Amino acid sequence: MDNEAMATFIKTRFPETITGTNIFRDELTLTVQKNAIAEIARFLKENEELDFSFLSDLCGVDRVETDNVFEVVYHLYSLSKNHRLRLKAPVSSDAPSLPTVTGVWKTANWHERETYDMFGVTFEGHPDLRKILTPDDFEGYPLRKDYPLDGRQPATLRDIYRKGGE
Amino acid sequence: MTSAADPTTTHLMTINMGPQHPSTHGVLRLLLELDGEMITKAVPHVGFLHRGVEKLAEYRTYHQCIPLTDRLDYVAPFSNNLAYALAVEKLLGIDIPERAQHIRVLLCELTRIASHLLWLATHALDIGAMTVFFYCFREREAIYDIFELVAGARMHTSYIRVGGVSRDLPGGFTEKVHKFVMEFPARINEYETLLTENPIWKKRTVGVGIISAEDAIDYGLSGPSLRGSGVNWDIRKTEPYSQYDKYHFTVPLGKNGDVYDRYRIRVEEMHQSNKIVHQALNILPKGDCLARIPNVTLPPKEDVETKMEAMITHFKLITDGIHPPKGEVYASIEAPKGELGFYLVSDGSSRPYRLKIRPPSFVNLEALPKMVEGRLLPDVVATIGSLDIVLGEIDR
Repeated sequence: MDNEAMATFIKTRFPETITGTNIFRDELTLTVQKNAIAEIARFLKENEELDFSFLSDLCGVDRVETDNVFEVVYHLYSLSKNHRLRLKAPVSSDAPSLPTVTGVWKTANWHERETYDMFGVTFEGHPDLRKILTPDDFEGYPLRKDYPLDGRQPATLRDIYRKGGE
Repeated sequence: MTSAADPTTTHLMTINMGPQHPSTHGVLRLLLELDGEMITKAVPHVGFLHRGVEKLAEYRTYHQCIPLTDRLDYVAPFSNNLAYALAVEKLLGIDIPERAQHIRVLLCELTRIASHLLWLATHALDIGAMTVFFYCFREREAIYDIFELVAGARMHTSYIRVGGVSRDLPGGFTEKVHKFVMEFPARINEYETLLTENPIWKKRTVGVGIISAEDAIDYGLSGPSLRGSGVNWDIRKTEPYSQYDKYHFTVPLGKNGDVYDRYRIRVEEMHQSNKIVHQALNILPKGDCLARIPNVTLPPKEDVETKMEAMITHFKLITDGIHPPKGEVYASIEAPKGELGFYLVSDGSSRPYRLKIRPPSFVNLEALPKMVEGRLLPDVVATIGSLDIVLGEIDR
């Protein structure tokens, strides 16, 4: 199935919740409403013609300055059909939250934890939403664009670790 | 620290493994809950090596990001460089000279051998076979000498650039690689005589750390860790990049998804990579090793020294960088550890708006609890070794 056919196929199934299609450099991107993400993900995985059994990657993108949203981006791959698809779910930056897809692909667990850690996006229904890369009492979300490159932690990291040890 | 689950029968003990433990291959920390010697729960903690590579990349021009990629999977620098360069090239929509593509393949396969050698050395050492370590490092040293010859550096090579490679192969390269390629298969057999049929080795690895094909896909495993479970997926075959479709090689598959199968696969992959390197030496066409595209690649050094226009272009590229069109791409390669992907978002400026790295080790490690829960403590060491993780790319 080529990109155009795939876009039409999925859009006819979800006419209301898929809000945009884009093909750039032969890569298909579908923009979806955040509340429908788990349902669409399940369909993409279970439909035999699409068979997106493999979640390659899941991450966040900060679009607050232009659109006031964080985008959560999913990269899907089908091992049997050898095709790829990108899903994008914009979530409002005021209360960034959307349903988890850990029920569809187990691998989403750590990816969602990382997105939460880096952007502060929460995933409803995630079994274990903890920080993953930054220290426990690290404040702020480092990959947001308003977070400065040289950090703004209250103490040096050394102090943070020392406090944790007491 | 102990906690009583049921005071009448048993005590569960929580022990801390790492982050300074030789068999965690870096700074991985595991919290293990034990019932006697059996693991009831394993919780990995990562992030000790987090340097904010993705954040740093947003403040650098596209070329300046290349040295950052060296430091992800620091035992496979060429693969990281290549995956990143492919992403930028896809974004720009440019073609690369054939010679450069074959040089990339050649070096990436040498990298795969070097990476697998380090894996085999430490994996065997973890389980108690020390001789293998010295043998593997002998050959790894030979590969690193080749890297040094090519790139001037042994580990952080930054040799592959957007548009090709930084400079042509030096004199004496072909002879050196040829010598290595001829000797290496015998060396692999040497390692195999020490391990493959060794009863102690088999006792520690056969039937240990099992993951089924279905679970492996669900957990997003890739590379040898996925193929150990019998799933035939190699990006070099399914989505060939850099002319991989011109090479003849087979993709070894496992059956049981245990530590032993993953061992067999990586050993066979070294044979196959060696074959690819040999083919690349024969294929290697003449021509440019860096595409000549104004505003993307640097002009040749001799021109910069003699021609005004070339010097201006050089200056502009170094100070301002390249400006890819607005858009987003995902490019992935079959790195030694699995699918290494780069997701690049461009806003049309000279710096990446967002760079997301999909590191194979990060995803592969996620499946560790699934593999070790219900097994014995010493199996954890064998299983971590068989996943071949590098914390540099897990923590980024």
